[in-house]
Amino acid sequence: MKRQLPLLIVLVVGIFAAAAFLIPHPIVRSVDEVFRNDVLRIIAAFSLVLGVGSILRHHFIKIKRKAAHWPFSYITIVALFISAIIGLLGGIDPNRPGILPTQVGGFSFHIQTLFSNIMVPLAATMFALLAFFMASAAYRAFRARNFEATLLLAAAFILMLGAVPLTRIVIPPLPDFAEWILAVPNTAAKRGIGFGVSLGIFATSLKILLGIERGWLGGGGS
Amino acid sequence: MRVGFRGPRADSYLDEEVTDGTRYRYALSALRDTVGAPTEPTGWVGSSPQWFDPRRLAALVGTLVISLLVVYFVRRARAGRRLFVRRISGLDAVEEALGRATEMGRPILYVPGLSRVDDVATIAALNILGEVAKKTARFNTPLVVPVADPIVFTVAQEMVRQSYTGAGRPDAFNQDMVFFVTDQQFAYAAAVDGIMTREKPATNFLIGMFWAESLILAETGALSGAVQIAGTDAISQLPFFITACDYTLIGEELYAASAYLSREPLLLGALAAQDYSKLIIIVLLLGLTAIALAFGINAPGLLG
Repeated sequence: MKRQLPLLIVLVVGIFAAAAFLIPHPIVRSVDEVFRNDVLRIIAAFSLVLGVGSILRHHFIKIKRKAAHWPFSYITIVALFISAIIGLLGGIDPNRPGILPTQVGGFSFHIQTLFSNIMVPLAATMFALLAFFMASAAYRAFRARNFEATLLLAAAFILMLGAVPLTRIVIPPLPDFAEWILAVPNTAAKRGIGFGVSLGIFATSLKILLGIERGWLGGGGS
Repeated sequence: MRVGFRGPRADSYLDEEVTDGTRYRYALSALRDTVGAPTEPTGWVGSSPQWFDPRRLAALVGTLVISLLVVYFVRRARAGRRLFVRRISGLDAVEEALGRATEMGRPILYVPGLSRVDDVATIAALNILGEVAKKTARFNTPLVVPVADPIVFTVAQEMVRQSYTGAGRPDAFNQDMVFFVTDQQFAYAAAVDGIMTREKPATNFLIGMFWAESLILAETGALSGAVQIAGTDAISQLPFFITACDYTLIGEELYAASAYLSREPLLLGALAAQDYSKLIIIVLLLGLTAIALAFGINAPGLLG
């Protein structure tokens, strides 16, 4: 039963979702909307508990075993509780404060303020690293070690030159050629991969619906 | 009330804004600058709920054809027929990468992407995780699986547990191997980068759905000296993985991986169906293009 029930639910819901794509009837569409929005949100809310439980367990174990860099686990746990308390008691909307005051004079520690002033700059810092990683990856990729790498180097060189305004004056056909590389060979390759991906998604979905692929059961079905 | 506008030579208009059960009358008005010449209105017409969208007939036919192919090849596989599967170097390297980690006494890092469990790429990543975990259980190699989604975390943990039990090493399974980190994209990337630089895994698996963090993870892994096997169906992230990783599963290879690694006949059957479907699409593309070129018909005309 533990194995059969999830398979049955997947079969029924999966076939219904596929049918809803073809049936524009309002009754079918509204049931489909409920599945897609409401049911998924309820599941996500439950899963949050699992996630928080995992974080706490992972870091408590680190502290208990005095694993490498264990003091940082204290920071994670304290930050988790502080943000949870502020978010739950201080309210989400700055215009509708909760039972916990989140403004002391001109200083605000509202959850949205914390998010905008701590999380967003930290995320932006990580994102900014991408520029440096792109440079190092490009250096590695553009070393002409074999035919494919040489081809990549040549294509990138043409595209970079094509994007420079001066090239249109010095070598007039080059920007158009660069455009052609993007529009024709590049798009053709992307579409080829796209077909494979779509078929792969389709076949995997079908395997799940038919119960051939049961990995999503947590290995229990294999 | 103005419903819509069509340019010259258009001979049809589909009104998507109607309310079922309400009666309408339509009139055409030929416009020149701001001067209009309206026709007599049509008779009263109305729309009603439909049980089939004819614009999706091609999708239905395609679905049925591919479904039949999958069922046919699965039945063939069940009957014991051998099916050819081409070599995928990224998957052949899994054994070698695990052996390297075991020899070096370092862990294996498995990142199952940042998407949710309803993403097929995540499901494929979890299937591969199951096979990798079976091997780490046999070799007694430490496995580290940081996860970015709570539901994926639960499934991944169960999957690894089952793999260790299946490999006869339930004692070697540690619940803390798989852990939830955060669902914030760059916070997750920072955490995984930290694991890569602190714990120096011998092998990194970056398999599943990735966005802008793909190169941040792959480059940090490359700088840490790990052997890296990546796989994604995100076309825009593939160049980054190909550049920074030793092996990359490109697009559909990701979905073939569980069948390839497990050699499960039923999964191999579905894989063969996938290949034949691709063949049909290629033949259709070439054939219809030839017909379109020969007879000067455009694509919508050919497909109805």
